[in-house]
Amino acid sequence: MKSFQQLKGLVFPLDRANVDTDAIIPKQFLKSIKRSGFGPYLFDEWRYLDYGEPDMDCSQRPLNPDFLLNQPRYQRAQILLARDNFGCGSSREHAPWAIDGFGFQVIIAPSFADIFFGNCYKNGLLPIVASAGDIDRLFKESLASDAYYLDVNLEKQTVTLPSGDAFGFDITPHRKHCLLNGLDEIGLTLQHADDIKTFEARHKAAQPWLFA
Amino acid sequence: MAGKTLYDKLWDSHLVREESDGTCLIYIDRHLMHEVTSPQAFEGMRLASRLPWRKDSIVAVPDHNTPTDHWDKGIQEPIARLQVETLDANIKEFGALVYFPFKHENQGIIHVIGPENGTTLPGMTVVCGDSHTSTHGAFGTLAHGIGTSEVEHVLATQTLVAKRSKRMLVRVEGQLNKGVTAKDIALAVIGKIGTAGGTGYAIEFGGSAIRSLSMEGRMTVCNLAIEGGARAGLVAPDEKTIVYLKGRTFAPKGQDWDRAVAYWATLPSDPDAVFDAVVELKAEDIAPQVTWGTSPEQVLAVGGRVPNPAAETDPVKRAGIERALHYMGLTADMPITDIKVDKVFIGSCTNSRIEDLRAAAGIAKGKQKAASVNQVLIVPGSGQVKRQAEAEGLDKIFTAAGFEWREPGCSMCLAMNADRLVAGERCASTSNRNFEGRQGPGGRTHLVSPEMAAAAAIAGHFVDVRNQI
Repeated sequence: MKSFQQLKGLVFPLDRANVDTDAIIPKQFLKSIKRSGFGPYLFDEWRYLDYGEPDMDCSQRPLNPDFLLNQPRYQRAQILLARDNFGCGSSREHAPWAIDGFGFQVIIAPSFADIFFGNCYKNGLLPIVASAGDIDRLFKESLASDAYYLDVNLEKQTVTLPSGDAFGFDITPHRKHCLLNGLDEIGLTLQHADDIKTFEARHKAAQPWLFA
Repeated sequence: MAGKTLYDKLWDSHLVREESDGTCLIYIDRHLMHEVTSPQAFEGMRLASRLPWRKDSIVAVPDHNTPTDHWDKGIQEPIARLQVETLDANIKEFGALVYFPFKHENQGIIHVIGPENGTTLPGMTVVCGDSHTSTHGAFGTLAHGIGTSEVEHVLATQTLVAKRSKRMLVRVEGQLNKGVTAKDIALAVIGKIGTAGGTGYAIEFGGSAIRSLSMEGRMTVCNLAIEGGARAGLVAPDEKTIVYLKGRTFAPKGQDWDRAVAYWATLPSDPDAVFDAVVELKAEDIAPQVTWGTSPEQVLAVGGRVPNPAAETDPVKRAGIERALHYMGLTADMPITDIKVDKVFIGSCTNSRIEDLRAAAGIAKGKQKAASVNQVLIVPGSGQVKRQAEAEGLDKIFTAAGFEWREPGCSMCLAMNADRLVAGERCASTSNRNFEGRQGPGGRTHLVSPEMAAAAAIAGHFVDVRNQI
């Protein structure tokens, strides 16, 4: 997994609540057996005016002029600013793959859906929960600016605004450690293989029918 | 010390280790798989030269991409076919306890075939790369959806890195009115707590109305826990659970059965267990539900009227209502029963079990679909459900009514196969998500019970099914 330490990134504000993973990456793209290549289809039904199909050349497709992400000023955005319950619905990890594929590295929202939130960490994406007040301020300032940058520091657990104001965010020590160092979680877990084997033997003795 | 909830008992009995920050390693008993969220996990295993920790924990089936008609022609779309063939190849290479390939007589939706084969048992942990894994919680099973990286993690280690959820009790007391179903309970709960109300929680459903539900009904309720934001839904195992499981292919036998039943009796939440949140509903107050918007929380009783955004003071919510009304092609304040439907879909892991098909057939019997309705799809949840329905003559009732009787699969719940809405089409659907584009780009979904869907197919618009029972 790629690591994340610090980013000064351009913000793209997506001002709607309950953005579901079907909207983030529609189902037709889930037929791919690959883990990459989803970036051009991020928010496909909002971003393009035609119906997207896998393996389409998106550079030839008609863009929806009303969808903010299509404005030239957001083409190099790295921080996605969102509203409540971002990533709800389907567990598809294709959603963080598409967000990552576009070039985003950080998502800031007042709340996230549980499965999506966990999936982000597995892909080197940092989801940050911020207060409603901070989120409102970020929306107001970013929508009013042509190039709104935030400085995100994982080690210090801070987000710094252009004004120099900053707010902190929470992350579990385990996730922070994995993300800072880009660690493979399977490798980490397998360091405890003996614990798993001991548990498994005890579990099998207690409930043998689970191993039939 | 306060007693333990069902969730705590399941968690504690699967805890391998816990770090000081509360990060836990949880042992996984059952790993369900389908073709969409597994290929990248198997590829990761292959690249790292890893083998599954316990291949006999795996139950797999292709369900999302498979067609529901013309099985003799196979899967027409090349990339869908490749994805299904990739699952075939991966299971052949890595192994599984149960695999029902495309066209197998027992093929079906993963969340339907797990319980019907007894591969889902009380006291287990069950995961799948699919958010509707919450369905299996109906058995007193800790079951939830995971991402593909976690699918690979479970394959390689038989464990999941997780943190304890908070516990919510949703208590529904009383007796449901005729024509009101498990689906209506679940939608009413989501309407009350919101689509994020259960975020961070595992929801245990309790109370006399839940106890009165069949296992099928409990699966419907737990299935929809995720639409209320909770990864896991739970119902305590009881006599109904035991009767349902006894004799199923993978249910324990002989002495093991007796030991298992005795163990399962210890699982229900202790009387003095403490929940972090409690939500209460009266069964009598619940009417048949219909969603009007593009989130499952945008739901109303069938007698209601589509909301007016002018009445909403929160600007983000108001914009959400306006956007939903625009997408759904509805006018503020119109009665729900004035909404006409173009298509009807009865199926999905929410409502495709035998009880659901019986309920729909009960409404459709001797009637005809409205001429204005283009298509009514009846998609059984599995081969077993299909054979049972045919043995009961339900298929004949449906086809006589002008409904289409299809092969099992996920079908138009998410429209990965050819079953889908075209832009602007409106569907009464027994599935679980009314998101924009879920049933086809530009399609408009209204979530309802099987009874309500069948009644809408006959009338051509939503009707209060309580008047027909």
